[in-house]
Parts: sequence; C-alpha cells; structure tokens
Amino acid sequence: MFDLVSFIPRAVMQGIPLLLGCTGETLTEKSGNLNLGLPGVMYVGGISGVIGSFLYEQSLTSPEAINGFLAVSIPLACCLLGSLLMGLLYCFLTVTLRANQNVTGLAMTTFGVGFGNFFGGSLIKLTDSEVPSIALSATSAYFSRSLPFADSLGWFGQIFLCYGFLAYVAIVIAFICAYVLKRTRVGLQLRAVGENPNTADAAGINVNRYKYVATCVGCMIAGLGGLYYVMDYACGVWSNDAFGDRGWLALALVIFTIWKPNVAVFASILFGGLYILYLFIPTGMNLAVKELYKMLPYVVTIIVLVISSMRNKRENQPPASLGLAYFREER
Amino acid sequence: MDNKTPAVRMRNITKTFGPVVANDKVWLDIYRGEILALLGENGSGKTTLMNMLSGIYFPDEGEISIDGKEVVIRSPKDAFDLGIGMIHQHFKLVDVLSAAENVVLGLHEPGRLDLEKVAERIRGICDAYGFEVDPHQKIYDMSVSQKQTVEIIKVLYRGADILILDEPTAVLTPQETDKLFAVLRNMRNDGKAIVIITHKLHEVEELSDRVAILRHGQFIGDMPTKKTNAQEMTNMMVGHAVSLNIDRPEPVDPKPRIEVKNLTVRSIDGVLKLDDVSFTANSGEILGIAGISGCGQKELLEAIAGLQPTESGSICYIEDNGEKEELIGKDPLAIADMGVSLSFVPEDRLGMGLVGNMDLADNMMLRSFRRGKGFFTDRKSPRKLAQDVVHDLEVATPSISTPVRRLSGGNVQKVLVGREIASAPTVLLTAYAVRGLDINSSYTIYDLINRQKKAGVAVIYVGEDLDVLLELADRILVLCGGKVSGIVEGRGAKKRDVGMMMTRLGGNKADE
Repeated sequence: MFDLVSFIPRAVMQGIPLLLGCTGETLTEKSGNLNLGLPGVMYVGGISGVIGSFLYEQSLTSPEAINGFLAVSIPLACCLLGSLLMGLLYCFLTVTLRANQNVTGLAMTTFGVGFGNFFGGSLIKLTDSEVPSIALSATSAYFSRSLPFADSLGWFGQIFLCYGFLAYVAIVIAFICAYVLKRTRVGLQLRAVGENPNTADAAGINVNRYKYVATCVGCMIAGLGGLYYVMDYACGVWSNDAFGDRGWLALALVIFTIWKPNVAVFASILFGGLYILYLFIPTGMNLAVKELYKMLPYVVTIIVLVISSMRNKRENQPPASLGLAYFREER
Repeated sequence: MDNKTPAVRMRNITKTFGPVVANDKVWLDIYRGEILALLGENGSGKTTLMNMLSGIYFPDEGEISIDGKEVVIRSPKDAFDLGIGMIHQHFKLVDVLSAAENVVLGLHEPGRLDLEKVAERIRGICDAYGFEVDPHQKIYDMSVSQKQTVEIIKVLYRGADILILDEPTAVLTPQETDKLFAVLRNMRNDGKAIVIITHKLHEVEELSDRVAILRHGQFIGDMPTKKTNAQEMTNMMVGHAVSLNIDRPEPVDPKPRIEVKNLTVRSIDGVLKLDDVSFTANSGEILGIAGISGCGQKELLEAIAGLQPTESGSICYIEDNGEKEELIGKDPLAIADMGVSLSFVPEDRLGMGLVGNMDLADNMMLRSFRRGKGFFTDRKSPRKLAQDVVHDLEVATPSISTPVRRLSGGNVQKVLVGREIASAPTVLLTAYAVRGLDINSSYTIYDLINRQKKAGVAVIYVGEDLDVLLELADRILVLCGGKVSGIVEGRGAKKRDVGMMMTRLGGNKADE
C-alpha cells in the first residue's frame, strides 16, 4: 500500500527549495530578466549560509553555548547577502551593461556552483573530517525544529506541522508575491516593465530600478531555497554537488506554474513528489528505471508547455520582453 | 492672439544622435484652445522634437517654458506633472493588461489599487468627450482605433491639457478618423492645447488652426491654416516646388492578365473573408482596390500570391498568347517564378517583406538566394542590385551594408518596392504602399508604380487614401465585407459614390 502519510512530508520537503527558487525566479522574470543563473544563485545562497554558520559554530567554546537566535540569524543573513550579491552582479551585467541575459545567466550558474564547491571543499579541509562533508547539526536543529503538537496530532501533525520554519516562510512568501503581482500598483508596474519596458518608461516608471529590485529580491528568495536545502532537508550536512539539479527544476517549475507563485505552492509539492516517487514505488534493483522516474518533473513541464502554447491564451505566455535588454534611446 | 502666453514655448532646441542632427535650433509655440499641425517629411525631426517635450529624449541645448515658466523635462514623469501627454505613433500599451490597468500604469495615487474606481473615472472621461471603451477589456482584444482611444484616455486621466498626437490617423478608417477629429475639436473647445503630427494635408486643412513646418531638423515657419494651402505647405516641407498632381497615363494595349472567378476564402476561425469575388486585372493597367480596412483586401492579395488557402473559385494567370494557368494549388515560389510579385506592406513594414536586422544587399538576396550555383550563395549580384536600387530610387542610406531597420519608413519602402520591381514581374501586387510615408516619398512610389504600368505590368494597388486611388487607378474595385460592391472607372469616379459603395453593397442610393 502506498504510504501517503510519509510520502507527503517527503514531497513537501523536497518541494520547498523548488518553491523558493521558483518564486524568486518568477519575480525576476516578471521584470523581463531571464535569470538562468538561478541554480548558481541557490548554490551560493546555500554555501553562504553554511559559511556563516560554520564560522559561528567554530567560534563557540562548547556546543551547549549556542544561542538559538544567532544560530538562525547569522546563516540567514549570510545567505541573503550572498544571493543579493549574485543578483547585483547579474543586474549590473544585464541591465547596466546590457549584456546578453542567457550568456550571463549560464556563466553565473557555472560560477555559483564553482564558488560553492570551492568554499565547501575548503571548509571540509578545515574540519579534517573523514567524510567529504561538513555537518552543522547544532544549527540545523534550529532550522528543522517542527511546530509544537506535531507529534501529538497523529497524521495531521505529520503532514502539516512537521516542517522547519523556512518551509512556512516559503509558502507565505509565495502567497505574498502572488498578491503583490496581481493586486498592487507595484505589481502592475512590475508586470508592465517585463511586458513592454518602452511603455512602462513612457508611463513614468523607472524601468532599471524595477529590474534591479525585482531581480535582487528574487535572487534573495531563491537563495533561501539553497539554505533550506542544506539546513533543513539535508540536516545541516553540506557536501559538494549534493544540491543536484534542483535549480534547473525550479526554472522548469516557473514555466509549469505559468508565472504564478500561488500555483507554485502546490506545483512545487507535486514536483517534489514526482522527484522522489521512485523511492516509494518498488522498482526492484534496476537503477535505470529509477532514473526514468526522476525524469517525470521535466516530462510534465514539457506537457504543460505544449498545452499552454496550444491554448495560446495571452495571459499564460511568458512576459513579452523576457530576455531582452532595454535602452530608452534605441531607434 | 499674439499677446497670449503660449502654453509651451520651445527655443533653440537642438538634439543630435551621434553624427545626425535631428533638431537644429528649433523654435515652437503651442497655444491653448488651438490645434497645431506639425508638418515635415519623414526624418525631419517632428517626432524627436515632441519626444523631448514628453520626456523621452533630453535636448542637448535650448529652453522649454510652460505657461511662461522655464522648465526642465528629464523624464516622462516630469512631462505628466507639467500636464503634457503624448500619444505615440506606435502605441505604448501593454497587451496583456486591461484598459484600466494601462491607464493607471505609472501613477502614484494614494491608497490601494482599486480598478473599479479607475474604471468609473474612465467612464466619466468617455462620457465627457464621446469615447466608447470598456475599461476591463484586454488590449490584445481591441481594434487599432480602440487602442488609440485608450491612449487618449490615458493621457486625459493624468489631467494633461497639452496633448501631442503622433500620426494618429495613419491606421484609422475614414469613419474612425472623423470620430477622432470630433473628439479633438471637443478638447480644443475645452481649452486644451493640441499638437497633431500628420502627413495628410487634407486633414491639416480640415482640422488644424495653425501649422508649423520643419525641414531637415530646422524650423521653417508657422502660420494660420486659413492663410495657406496644400501647395504652399508642401513646398515649405520639401524645400522646392512639388507638383501635387498624380500622373495617370492611358493604359497601353491592355490584355487580361489575372482572372479571378468566384473566389471564396475563409479565415482559420471560419469567418468568411472573401465571398464570391470575380474580376479581371489587365496588363498595363492599375486596378485600385478600395474598401474599409479588413474587408478582405489582404486575403485577396495573399490568395493571388499563393499565401492564403482558398475555399472555392479559381485564379487564372493568362499569358500573352492567351494560355491560361490556374494559380490555386501552386506554392508561392512557383507563382513568383511566373512573374506574380507581391509587395505587401502590412502595419509592420518589416514584418513580411524585409528583415530589419539584415543590410540592404542581404535583403535583396532574399529573392535570389536560391539561384546561386552550387553550395555557396551568389553575393555579387544582390550587391549590385542594392546599389542600383539606392541610386535609382534615391534611397537615403549611409551605405548598402546598413541594416534596413535603421532607415526611415519611406526609404524602407523604396528598398522593398525596388527589389520587387527588379525581378521584372508581370503582375505587381501592392498593399498600403505609402502608409506612413511623407508626400515626397509617396510621390516617388506612385511614380514607380506608374513606370511599371507603362512597362505593361498588371498592377493591383490596395490603398486606403481614396483621393489617391481616384487619381491613380484606371479602374477601382470596391470591396465591402468581402464581397465585390462594384467596379468603377477611375476616370470620372466620384469620391462620394465610392465611399457609399465601401459602406454598402452596390452603394444603393437608399438615402436619396
């Protein structure tokens, strides 16, 4: 029998990094910036948090002296700073210097992963540990602490209350983003910038500022996805390349959700579920079948792409000027 | 009138783009309660000048004062704050947003975004000036004239009392134009200052109170419209005397060339676009096609060129020796090889005919690239052709390796027509050949078409300006809702009759 009660929490935990990445990227893409550097940004977000928390844990005299507030806020601040810097770099290259967005993005993914692996490797060396990973279990305990009553409420607690605070933050952020995009003046103007920067400019909107802010905030949100992955999902264990292809999956999720963060809340859980489905379906010893199951999220994305282009509804298309640099006096 | 303070006073305005001087020490006064027509050829700097007023560009030199106070306009927002609103030639609207959302874009009203309240105010503006628009309709669902209405409302919503309209009638039907003019007169009587940029002189005479003329970026002069006439305005614009008469030589030895019989075409969504259309186009003759836009003109031309699937009927190409050949079922390449050449100028000129990012020579190659021997393309003859076109048609371009999108509209059109003519077609199909072109370029195009006619080519000319059609075409086929409303002789045809036929089948004189 398929064990839903243990499947759903696993799917959600798998989905949260994707949700954060997807929300951040949606915000970025709504401003017309196609940030293919997302995997790199999430990776940098993760390693920045690890560095912060590693230095904090090292500075303690004994593991008992850990301060809960600092243990959470230091990695959080480091993660936000790291991903903000990535966002600024991307904006400087594509908005100010008007470099090609695809090339910049891909370069930043390569850079981000390399950056992460370099510092990850350095930290592993510092600890002199036997295994190629760093365990930050003290910090991780604070990140993955579940809500009260999680254990006492049976299946309800297991499905809804057993996650670390970042998971709930992710869902709240997604709903806030959806509301801002759909209902507020700022959201309207951001959508206008991504659809038609000329028009937005003529309407008196500062296009470059919107692009910068949306991209940087988007990168910070996405960076949290990396942090969640290390601190909560992976129980504070950093090993190089463990993050895998989650960044690309988040990019696919943006398309899957047709640029709607509120849809992403559910879609990310679906993606997370598909991603780990192979663990719950008896596949025998055949590893190839497992790999086929891992393809499912991408297959679903392709199907959604096909359907949404066939229906050809204008609201479901990508922002019209996605991937294009804007220069006012271009003729 | 002279002692009134102008709403806008521009003095010594200079703007350069690299080596190009777009505006050179321009003076301009705009008064309230007056419609000013700003005239000039393509590339004479009208739009640049107005863009500086609306904050898109920043002048290199010069002063602008509003109501006697000197101001600096650094961005579109500054312009709005001063009450200046511009309706651009290419609409500045976001397609996926509704009319109301487009209207509030960029505004910093206090409080939450309440689209219902916005819609209410839009309806108020509509009532005051006689617009019809649904505030919640998405822009991509709107017709061109509806989009323009949204643009005007957008400007009025911001409380602008200095309105600039850049070629507002270029894409409107005569009826829509009349409606727009009525609205503009309403606004003028309301005390607003209005500037209209246009190429159509009869509109200037009909609508404006004063005209100002630019030539090559320089201010030539301004005067009350009543004290001038089309000839004088044209001469000032061009800088030398221009004949405003269009030549219409007698057809030489006309023979049937294209015979269309009972042609019926449906669009993809099943709408009947052409219904039982029959006519013959003769060699050495210009067949004009008149009709309100969207009455099947585009489908008719594309059907002949093999680009449009047809439902029933036949299109025959008749050779000089009387041999008939069916065109339906042939692909465009085969049809083009027979000598049917389509020069189609849709709303977006670079859409179907030329590739904007490629240079002149490469665009010439689009027709001939299949011909080269072997694996490599022949680049020499297209270069030669490009040089010939530039020389013969006086295309103003820095060189033949300039991307065509950098050229002005008139020059782009010359390149396109030049290429089409170069393949020595026996049938030339043109649609909206002079859309958006200034007078001088338009006349060059008419002249080119006439030269083709004299060479024995059957020309089918779809036009929107009835005055031109009546002067240029030998016969005029009037379409109304996809049906042939009638075919009249060009010589002696009355504008009124043709106009009636455009709106009603056969032009029944029901109102008399």
